[in-house]
Amino acid sequence: MTLTVMLFAAARDLAGGDSLSVELPAGATVADLRAELARRLPALAGLLAKSAIAVNHDFAENDRPLAKNEEVALIPPVSGG
Amino acid sequence: MVRLTREPIDYHALAEAVRDPHCGAVALFLGTVRDLTGGQVTVFLDYEAYGPMAEKKLAEIEAEVRRRWPIGDVAMVHRLGRLDVGEVSVAVAVSCPHRGEAIDACRFAVDTLKELVPIWKKENAPDGTGEWVHQSAKPGAK
Repeated sequence: MTLTVMLFAAARDLAGGDSLSVELPAGATVADLRAELARRLPALAGLLAKSAIAVNHDFAENDRPLAKNEEVALIPPVSGG
Repeated sequence: MVRLTREPIDYHALAEAVRDPHCGAVALFLGTVRDLTGGQVTVFLDYEAYGPMAEKKLAEIEAEVRRRWPIGDVAMVHRLGRLDVGEVSVAVAVSCPHRGEAIDACRFAVDTLKELVPIWKKENAPDGTGEWVHQSAKPGAK
């Protein structure tokens, strides 16, 4: 399945775009997505380790399975306020 | 009420909006753009948000505040875009029957916003360089 991962702030700058399309096997989890992002974007590895993954606007644990058409985003440490 | 806005925050109107005849206290918190962070001079900030998720998380914080304190009303507004030094980036207003509750609830709302809501700021220095601030803990981690 193909997932589009939304990118923000320094992650977007490091990736050079506001989203990234990734190909994952059916049944892949958030942990699999993290591994694929690290492989595709080595420059992102440091920030990725400190970032959360959001699925459908909620924070997702590493063991959460992903499905196509879900809204997936990489959430670096936040700095609002 | 929770809101993201690109316009200046009318915090007087926000405080007025939560006033309630059953409440003897209104707590208002304003976050403002500071000119110095650890010796580093900031000329202006850029704020960006993951809008739909930020609004959802703000609404969840509002609901949690209403569960935990005897709230008259609560309002949270965060500004996005370019903000110069001294401008208001966030405002939280809470009314409660008594001051201790209002202050505690307001502090909880601001602290939780800073932990959980997907909003980011970029500090822009006088030399034209800018840096996104990603120094907090992994968001959502319990």
